[in-house]
Amino acid sequence: MRITCPLCGERDRREFYYLGAKDYLDRPDEGDVEAMHRYLHIRENPTQVTQDLWQHEAGCAAWLVVERNVSTHEILSVNLANGTKT
Amino acid sequence: MGYNALRILKEGLSRNVGWRPIWRSLEPKSEYDMIIIGGGGHGLSTAYYLAKNHGITNVAVLEKGHIGSGNIGRNTTIVRANYFLPGNSEFYSHALKLWEGLEQELNYNVMMSQRGVIMLCHSDGQRDAFARRGNAMINQGDDAELWSTEQVRAEIPYLDFDNTRFPIYGGLMHGRGGSARHDAVAWGYARGADRLGVDLIENCEVSGIDVVGGVVKSVQTTRGTIRAKKVGIVTAGRSSQVAAMAGLEVPIESHVLQAFVSEGLKPAIDHVISYGMGHFYISQSDKGGLVFGGDLDFYASYAQRGNLPMMEHVMEAGMTLMPAIGKAKVLRSWGGIMDMTPDGSFIIDRTPIDGLYMDCGWCYGGFKAVPASGWCMAHLMAEDRPHEVAQRHTFDRFETGENLMDEEGTGSQHNLH
Repeated sequence: MRITCPLCGERDRREFYYLGAKDYLDRPDEGDVEAMHRYLHIRENPTQVTQDLWQHEAGCAAWLVVERNVSTHEILSVNLANGTKT
Repeated sequence: MGYNALRILKEGLSRNVGWRPIWRSLEPKSEYDMIIIGGGGHGLSTAYYLAKNHGITNVAVLEKGHIGSGNIGRNTTIVRANYFLPGNSEFYSHALKLWEGLEQELNYNVMMSQRGVIMLCHSDGQRDAFARRGNAMINQGDDAELWSTEQVRAEIPYLDFDNTRFPIYGGLMHGRGGSARHDAVAWGYARGADRLGVDLIENCEVSGIDVVGGVVKSVQTTRGTIRAKKVGIVTAGRSSQVAAMAGLEVPIESHVLQAFVSEGLKPAIDHVISYGMGHFYISQSDKGGLVFGGDLDFYASYAQRGNLPMMEHVMEAGMTLMPAIGKAKVLRSWGGIMDMTPDGSFIIDRTPIDGLYMDCGWCYGGFKAVPASGWCMAHLMAEDRPHEVAQRHTFDRFETGENLMDEEGTGSQHNLH
């Protein structure tokens, strides 16, 4: 599996750290226990296309949203997590 | 059907044409008392113990493929009860006791081999942690021995003891652990359940679960609608999809775990060995193949195959531990889909829907749990209360933080196990 970092180009999967579903971008307010539980634990866990957070740890260290088919390992798109391509 | 030496000889001399299927091929009835979704190890053992322990025989096991085509055929066959935390400790202890009597119980050879499981340690700290774990195992009533380097060297001389980075400081030997023949476990439970009157329905994929007023009523399948008073979801890596049919969301992420087997070799590895340097474990099958594996690929996946970096890592770990295996050729590899929970421990619990139960979240440790998982799931479905050795394994532990069983001590978060 190879991932094309928007800043560094196509790189080996080993340069990237996997965090998990991009749900992690939507952190709920402090004190909302139910929302925090969903944010931390509950996952849609789709069988086809998923959007996950990866970090180009051994490269530019940018956080990325990688759209990927989890049944075929195909990478469909890679974007910077902050949404700005600079 | 009887199995004996004479029969094998006779069949062998007559082209093995006399063997017959050991469970019936059935059309599903329109209604059952209970339905188990998933005909793998856990689902079959649940059905078996529903009939055996609770006398509930009007039960169907619905399997979308053929019996035993899921993770029960995609694992590394290790059986052990060397857990540390309360909750897991008593559960796996119960499982091992059932394993020890399984062949007599099912009258079926599951090739249970208590060859001993040794976890190697590589630092003073790790040895201390293993001493503590061993004490926990002994307190639970299971067996554990802390072996010195010399003891390990005497038994397993071919390891690289003086490795510069990971010297072997001894290990924790769990003598009653070992391995079993994975497919035979599925076949034995299937045969046993069938003989007690359970209907095993193969090629029957569940496509919907009908819930009316918060009560489960029936399941939609590729072979029609089947009504049931109670439904158990026992679908491992596909737990999220089946739960979603009933409108439920579960704390599970599916990951791929790879395993490997070498060409057949003469007997060399007598035990199950796990390498404490990272995650590598190895044993030798009765056919002679070295069966080994390591960590998850560490990204969500439903592909029953992994990527090359983890394969390389596993091979490197194996070569570091026992350089001699570099001469063996890898014959094949496979991947299983692991239903990972945030804390790395399983769930056997009711759901918010009346009559709907789930047995899931087995992470990478489902095989050794098969007998106790079915035992406890059957108890839950029959009695509507958890079995005492699985009572901590609830859905709400993630929300409340109570009874979290983070065996690795890494935290209760999806990507940490």
